[in-house]
Amino acid sequence: MSAQAENSVGTASSGAETSHHAPALEVDSLKTHFFTKAGIVKAVDGVSFSVAPGEILGLVGESGSGKSITGFSLMGLIDPPGRVVEGQMIFAGRDLAQLNDVEMRKIRGNRIAMIFQDPMMTLNPVLRVDTQMVEAVLAHQNVSRKTALEMARDALAQVGIPAPERRLTNYPHELSGGMRQRVAIAIAFINKPDLIIADEPTTALDVTIQAQILFEAQELCRKTRTAMIWITHDLAVVAALADRIAVMYAGRIVEMGGADDVIDRPAHPYTEGLIGSVPGHSQHGARLTQIPGMTPSLLNLPGGCAFRTRCKHADQACLAEPEATAHMTEATVSAPARMVRCFHPLGGGANVA
Amino acid sequence: MTAFLIRRLMQSIVVVFIMSIVVFFGVNVVGDPIDMLISPDATQAEIEATIRSFGLDRPVWEQYWHFLLGALNGNLGKSFIFGTPALPLILQRMPATMELAISALVLAVFVGIPLGLYSGLKPNAISSRTIMAGSILGFSLPTFWVGLMLIMIFAVMLGWLPSTGRGPTAEFLGIRSSLFTLEGLQHVFLPALNLALLKISLVIRLTRAGTREAMHQDYIKFARAKGLSPRRIIGLHLLKNIMIPVVTVLGLEFGSLIAFSVVTESIFAWPGMGKLLIDSIQQLDRPVIVAYLIIIVLFFVLINLLVDILYSILDPRVRLGGEQS
Amino acid sequence: MTSTLSDDVSDVQKLDGTVGDAAPAAAADSPFRRFVFEFVESPVATAALVVLALIIVLAAIAPLITPQNPYDLGQVDVLDSRLPPGEVSMSTGMTFWLGTDGAGRDLLSAILYGLRISLAVGVASGFLAMAIGSAIGLIAAYAGGRVETLIMRLVDLQLSFPAILIALMLVAVLGKGVDKIIIALVAVQWAYYARTVRGSALVERQKEYVEAARCLGLSHGRIVFRHILPNCLPPLIVVVTVQTAHAIALEATLSFLGVGLPQTEPSLGLLIANGFNYMLSGKYWISTFPGIALLLTIMSINLVGDQLRDILNPRLQR
Repeated sequence: MSAQAENSVGTASSGAETSHHAPALEVDSLKTHFFTKAGIVKAVDGVSFSVAPGEILGLVGESGSGKSITGFSLMGLIDPPGRVVEGQMIFAGRDLAQLNDVEMRKIRGNRIAMIFQDPMMTLNPVLRVDTQMVEAVLAHQNVSRKTALEMARDALAQVGIPAPERRLTNYPHELSGGMRQRVAIAIAFINKPDLIIADEPTTALDVTIQAQILFEAQELCRKTRTAMIWITHDLAVVAALADRIAVMYAGRIVEMGGADDVIDRPAHPYTEGLIGSVPGHSQHGARLTQIPGMTPSLLNLPGGCAFRTRCKHADQACLAEPEATAHMTEATVSAPARMVRCFHPLGGGANVA
Repeated sequence: MTAFLIRRLMQSIVVVFIMSIVVFFGVNVVGDPIDMLISPDATQAEIEATIRSFGLDRPVWEQYWHFLLGALNGNLGKSFIFGTPALPLILQRMPATMELAISALVLAVFVGIPLGLYSGLKPNAISSRTIMAGSILGFSLPTFWVGLMLIMIFAVMLGWLPSTGRGPTAEFLGIRSSLFTLEGLQHVFLPALNLALLKISLVIRLTRAGTREAMHQDYIKFARAKGLSPRRIIGLHLLKNIMIPVVTVLGLEFGSLIAFSVVTESIFAWPGMGKLLIDSIQQLDRPVIVAYLIIIVLFFVLINLLVDILYSILDPRVRLGGEQS
Repeated sequence: MTSTLSDDVSDVQKLDGTVGDAAPAAAADSPFRRFVFEFVESPVATAALVVLALIIVLAAIAPLITPQNPYDLGQVDVLDSRLPPGEVSMSTGMTFWLGTDGAGRDLLSAILYGLRISLAVGVASGFLAMAIGSAIGLIAAYAGGRVETLIMRLVDLQLSFPAILIALMLVAVLGKGVDKIIIALVAVQWAYYARTVRGSALVERQKEYVEAARCLGLSHGRIVFRHILPNCLPPLIVVVTVQTAHAIALEATLSFLGVGLPQTEPSLGLLIANGFNYMLSGKYWISTFPGIALLLTIMSINLVGDQLRDILNPRLQR
């Protein structure tokens, strides 16, 4: 099926807006492979989606699904033996896949920013907070150090850190986990990027702090019209936060659509399995449904649909076709479009009708 | 922080004390210096007089007690061979050894760290494999043999540098040192290089290992995600992190440099403490041996203490004890 | 990032397909074969191993192959002294491939004999230190508590002083002689072994199989020797190689300084020392060749040890 058609599915608008603004980012058939001694690991194997300005896309999957690699591919941070082998990533009219390192450097931290999972390890432990924030500014803007410091202070205030001047002179280990992540978020927003990629930013935090940060992140995005890709394995997080959800499995997107749609009426068996295994969704005392088996090694994917080895609806059809086709619908006024990669979507395809 | 310092200080004093006992008894229990000092046909009276004058007729415990008392007063015994107090004998030659050790350290840092950094950043380049091979060579080369080769090549065959001895001294900021004269530098270069060779290899390997490990850390990836220039990432983020173990090791190795100077000084006839020690061992000049060892122990303890302090300055996690806000 | 192979046997059976989805099973190599394969991945290390083996063999059979026994005064003629390499003896007509030293001894033979002694002393002290040090380390790890603290303090104290100083001190006290040198070398090295073994043993002690063995009522000795010790071997092997190289170098240094092996057991260090005086007059070979022999030995041990360390290090990505 043409990737173009798949993509137009993604060009949905967020929330109440129905206008078709140009997407902030448009990814087309992205493939990132790792060429190791043991074989070729197809971490990302044909991923297409887009994100509109101010929209939050939740990228959901288990570990090994390729979601983080997708994020790194966008940033150009894939190191050998890995490489983006195919595909386009159109951002601000340019294909990120074609840019060299110098040009990418101008974009990183500036027009596209990234937030990592564990802020203890992502902030350099031997440098002060202000050093690390100011250098993010000075790398891209031609301002005085004093101005940069002020910007840093304002950014800290913006993410809800009290007494920002004092925090600036701290070292990372002097701050709590939630505080550190706020600093990381502040750094991400400081140059007013058009797109932010957040790679499991709240996984390492307490549940209570998680909720706070989720809310603040959402607010900031709406306010500044920054597009955001929120990568996570936690469906609960994404349900509350995202406008649209894309579910990844074994390097491909298996389902995509509006957040509510996907959660209330999942079309792909994997999505259903994910939802079923979230404690909140099951009845009190009822067994949690589990998806049998384990994620396959990306070195040796089962042929055909990658999920068939764990899927209770699988049959011969899932074997025969190496590339499953995607059913899709166009975006309507009231709801963003849906996409699913399955021969036997749940509800017989009615969910995606 | 001060509590930490005081505790370390107390520990250090205990160590010095124990070592002094070990050293003193070890050295004095064996060997008979009498035979060294007195001609075979001396009379019994002369022998006894000598024994008394050196206090060798007392029981060992008493000798040690006198020694300890003397030590606290700055008197570490009198040399059997020279007849003069041992401590000043050693202190006199200390500046020479210090010059050598410091020059070697400087060489190790300014040659070893850049090479190690380079080979850590590009681990598979041919040049960096060469550097690693070179470092194994530097490791395996016996210091004394290298010294000989250096003399042979640079002094005898090529005649570029003097082969032995220390150069003339000059004064600068109140310190007399041969490092301040050109000729002095020429004299110190070969022995310093010889001494430094092992350390350079060590520093290269350390820096390379540290660099390779640090490059995979998340904060480096984050720095890249911020769009920082490679120069800043390496020069600040990386360097500041790997400096900590490197500096620590270097500090501790400084003590070993002083110890190893024993060999280099013998080869290059460098008038330092090490040469004195070797001579003393061969001539069984016990007081000098004891005094030397005590001083070395003091040195080591001091260096350990300084390195601890330096470490806590460099690593903010240690220094500030991690207050949570 | 990549997850392990999935255990989807039942599902695969259900689907009854053979679309080659099972990964090629890892070749059922024994660990030893895998070890050998990984070792020879580095041509340098393999070459070093070959050189080392050669050196050991040559040194072992030295009396059989050397053209001359350099310590048999009957075979040595002082008129042959200080001949450059390649010269022919005036009395016996043999060729001195590497020249002669100050007393007329054939350098090639002297080097081989010297290698014997250097290797013997180095290896003997190494293994003795390993035995003693490992035993102490195991005791420390297994006993725990104050015994362990005391032992480790001792180890740390010793390790913070440079080897050469300790050796010099001991030699000053004990005097000359092969056995005394070995004692000094052992005293210098045991602490490394103790620390390494104790570290590994500590890790092992906490693992579950030790608990299991204890529950089965196995005696302490059995637990230590059959279970903990084998798992301490990898780092130990690396330390053995590095330390042996150090021991050989240290012995050579001591002999060079004149406080090592006595004249009757001339190691390479002594040979080099003998040649020191002739260097300034240009007779370089007397010191150079023994030094090269020493260098080759030490370097090949180090290279082998390096490769071993790389293979046995679980943290290095392969």
